[in-house]
Amino acid sequence: MEKVGLYPGCSLKGSSREYGESVVALARVLGLPLEEIKDWNCCGASSAHAVSKELSLALPARVLSLAAAQGYKELLVPCAACFSRLKTTQHTLMGDDERRKKIEDIIGAEVGGVKILSVMEWLEKYAIDAIKEKMNHPIKARVACYYGCLLVRPSGVIKGDRVEDPQSLDNLVKLAGATPIDWAFKTECCGGGMSIAATETVGKLSAAVMEDATHRGAKAIVVACPMCHSNLDMRRPYINKNMEKATDVPVLYITQLLGMACGLTAEEVSVGRHFVNYKEEEICQK
Amino acid sequence: MSEKKSISTHVKSTSGVDVSHCYQCGKCTAGCVQAERMDYPPQYIMRLLQTGSEENYEKVLRSRSIWVCLNCENCYERCPQSIDIPHVMDMLREESLKRGIAHKDASKIIAFHRSFLSQIKNTGRLWEVGMEAEYKLRTMDLMQDVKLVPSMLSKGKLSILPEVIVDKAAVKKIFDRTVGVEKEK
Ligand code: SF4
Ligand code: SF4
Repeated sequence: MEKVGLYPGCSLKGSSREYGESVVALARVLGLPLEEIKDWNCCGASSAHAVSKELSLALPARVLSLAAAQGYKELLVPCAACFSRLKTTQHTLMGDDERRKKIEDIIGAEVGGVKILSVMEWLEKYAIDAIKEKMNHPIKARVACYYGCLLVRPSGVIKGDRVEDPQSLDNLVKLAGATPIDWAFKTECCGGGMSIAATETVGKLSAAVMEDATHRGAKAIVVACPMCHSNLDMRRPYINKNMEKATDVPVLYITQLLGMACGLTAEEVSVGRHFVNYKEEEICQK
Repeated sequence: MSEKKSISTHVKSTSGVDVSHCYQCGKCTAGCVQAERMDYPPQYIMRLLQTGSEENYEKVLRSRSIWVCLNCENCYERCPQSIDIPHVMDMLREESLKRGIAHKDASKIIAFHRSFLSQIKNTGRLWEVGMEAEYKLRTMDLMQDVKLVPSMLSKGKLSILPEVIVDKAAVKKIFDRTVGVEKEK
């Protein structure tokens, strides 16, 4: 199996490091070759595009160009915000030669054509058999798979899942034994990158997500985006202010859930870094 | 007429989006989670731009809407005319900043973006502790989230030192050649 490049992005090295750690741990237990690309920079996330279109294209372009120059054919981008910026940049530059030349001139390198994979695409492509083989602690709980915005929209750029009722996370949690619930807020926005600048808004929007999930009996929320995670987990006090009844339902990354189903311990997938405690007995079959 | 043409052409040439295709169905506003916090909902922003008057253009550039938009992409996805509203919002924010006429309620959001980007400019990556510090100084809201610090530290979510990439000059150059050397306040 050829090595896939990994672009962790800043969150997975900082406040969402449990996501990065669980991606690496899961790759190890499933035997999937993965290697962090060298000398990567921040993609500009939700800030660059609010300030300058050129900046918002040039920062991800440098990342794409590094991955290609370092010999990777595929690049795993677990963070949904990075994934969205890299996909948008590739989509824009591939369809606009003039702009591509300009951006290549700014970064002083060719953008190249590395294939960008979300965590779901990576798992679907390489991990299905390995998960079936390794699974020894099936998840017994009902869970709500929460996709948010950036992993599915805009569909013309992402070209992945069904956009109003995506299934990729649902199928993955089923593989781990869990029961994904049907619910209405799969792709509603949690407030995204406004956690610091508009915390109250994030509390309200995220509360609507948690309200629906908990009403329908979810015992955990499963995500693949560090912004969704920190809004639903770290901002729980703001969420609970807006809930009919305060909730302590935990939020897990898909990689943590699958990792534990495949026998990794809670420590190995870093669930201890969350603010809302995860109660193993409620979720895992022992 | 020439004013009308120049504004829609300007929107089209900077964002690539032709707002004249919007037929005011309102689907964008119906699905916008931020509409209730906006002064003009997305559908109305499109209408103001369509009129092509400089006065309405400035109204849009001064609006709160463009700053509370989360780029959730819902409106774009559902628009029967495939109008890329979030992309237009990006272009409007850029122009609003250039003209220095951003809505006063946007000050925290703008402070966040500037603090975020200045970290990247210096080291190539986001250092959250540095960003938080700069954001607090820019907003003078020194107490915000301090209660979170001890638990974030104990959970290993904060790095005491920034990560600096080897070729940080390359990133610095990207900033200089896009946003310019002295455009950031
Ligand atoms: S959904 Fe599209 S066509 Fe309808 S009002 Fe909004 S921008 Fe216009
Ligand atoms: S992208 Fe902005 S305007 Fe469009 S639905 Fe989302 S918040 Fe509303």
